Amino acid sequence: MTIKIDVDMTKCQHYGQCVFEAPNIFRLNNDDKLEYTAEADDSERANVEAAIDVCPMQAIFIVE
Amino acid sequence: MTKPVVIVGASMGGLRVAEALRRFGYTGPITAIGDEPYAPYNRPPLSKEVLAKEVSHEAVAFAQRPATEDVNWVLGTRVVSADLEHKTVTDSNGDTHAYSALIAATGLRPKRLQVPNGDLAGRHAVRTLDDAIGLRAALVPGARVVILGAGFIGCEVAATARKLGCEVTVVAPGVHPIVRPLGVELAKEIQRRHEAEGVRFLMKTTITDLIGTARVEGVQLDSGEQLDCNVLVEAIGSHANTEWLEGTDVDITDGILTDNAMRAIRTDGTVHEDVFAIGDVARFANPIFDEVARRVEHWNIPTDTAKRVGQVLGAKLNSAENWPSVLDEQFAPVPSFWSDQFEMHILAFGLLALADEVKLIHGEIDGDCVFGYYRAGTMVGVCGIGLRSTVQGYRAAIGSLAS
Ligand SMILES: Cc1cc2nc3c(=O)[nH]c(=O)nc-3n(C[C@H](O)[C@H](O)[C@H](O)COP(=O)(O)OP(=O)(O)OC[C@H]3O[C@@H](n4cnc5c(N)ncnc54)[C@H](O)[C@@H]3O)c2cc1C
Ligand code: SF4
Repeated sequence: MTIKIDVDMTKCQHYGQCVFEAPNIFRLNNDDKLEYTAEADDSERANVEAAIDVCPMQAIFIVE
Repeated sequence: MTKPVVIVGASMGGLRVAEALRRFGYTGPITAIGDEPYAPYNRPPLSKEVLAKEVSHEAVAFAQRPATEDVNWVLGTRVVSADLEHKTVTDSNGDTHAYSALIAATGLRPKRLQVPNGDLAGRHAVRTLDDAIGLRAALVPGARVVILGAGFIGCEVAATARKLGCEVTVVAPGVHPIVRPLGVELAKEIQRRHEAEGVRFLMKTTITDLIGTARVEGVQLDSGEQLDCNVLVEAIGSHANTEWLEGTDVDITDGILTDNAMRAIRTDGTVHEDVFAIGDVARFANPIFDEVARRVEHWNIPTDTAKRVGQVLGAKLNSAENWPSVLDEQFAPVPSFWSDQFEMHILAFGLLALADEVKLIHGEIDGDCVFGYYRAGTMVGVCGIGLRSTVQGYRAAIGSLAS
């Protein structure tokens, strides 16, 4: 099983709070901009949900 | 019938604790009672990007998860009192709710200006969605906006109002905006950047009266000056919503005092086993810093404290064997804060206000920069304008102070 992750880049302010919760999925690149992996194993679901909780802009979604 | 876990306050903390209870295996009934008419929503955008565009519940509502679909949300209903001996709370409709455990997530409300002629229309605060809807309608181009208070919310509203084409004056008693907790150097720079965008600051000044008959038309300052004003925004701090616990034995001097498991503490120092507090209303000591209990009005606190309650209460209600060890675990959340003002993206970790020394540690003050905050030589906070990865790099060090 995999999950699909979507970040609304019109909302994202690149705070990187998500990086702490799901470091395998989210990272800030050299320009301090968010990069993420759009598809991940289901075992990452809890981490991604935690990232959703801490995203100030509520920009992260799991697309079922 | 099993009694529900009752959550008072249906905002971020209330939602997150319901989710956490489910995540930690509690499957019984949950009732969440909140006095706002809306399902839980996100407050920070109310002074920032949402205020600049269109304020609606849809724009700020938190997504709800399947795990909390069966929570009984009792909205538009205020809890007026609690009987901790008989384990009930009573709401504004006169209904009584029995609980197995009680979680207080009632947050804060804005302090308001107390002046003789205070009874005028045109006064605003920014805490709730309805506040923001009212303020948004008033922020028309050319409106003369006076913001009383130069903390984070005051500065954010100043920037947003300016972007919307209003004439903006900030009136505040301090020497510089947000000087506590940011320190003089950074505060001065933030003031400079606001001024470059056309915001006017009248510091070391306060409002002594309002001018007008039905609506605010101006404000009287303690300097003797008068300012034209048709929108007054009061951003002068907040009060904890604890009136509903008056008459109980819980220590509610400045928020609800809790132990490290977020359990409410009585005025005699003993602990309530089944009464918890989370979010802005909770006052607790954080092992990262010291043993002084503080309220922390940062957005990560509702989520982190909710998880802690989910962990403790989930283990207890499931009679899990590990309950004592869960209780013994050290809870030490790293406070985290951000703020957007014009082109400034400010990000901070730790408790900056504790510092006795503040130093520029990266970048240039008039560009992207990072400041370190030290207490007796130890870093207790970090704050940057831009340079987010650099700021983030210090988070772990601050968190590790707890161990
Ligand atoms: C305009 C604004 C901007 C912000 N910006 C930032 C930011 O940029 N960064 C940051 O880190 N933090 C920010 N914050 C702070 C952050 O929003 C709060 O820390 C967070 O909302 C606290 O959540 P809470 O659930 O503890 O309390 P609240 O969100 O205050 O929720 C408490 C709820 O309980 C209800 N209630 C109170 N009394 C009763 C009662 N007796 N019965 C029933 N219901 C009751 C209230 O009406 C409210 O709905 C901002 C806050 C505001 C207002
Ligand atoms: S936490 Fe949210 S706003 Fe911040 S980088 Fe991640 S997705 Fe973007």
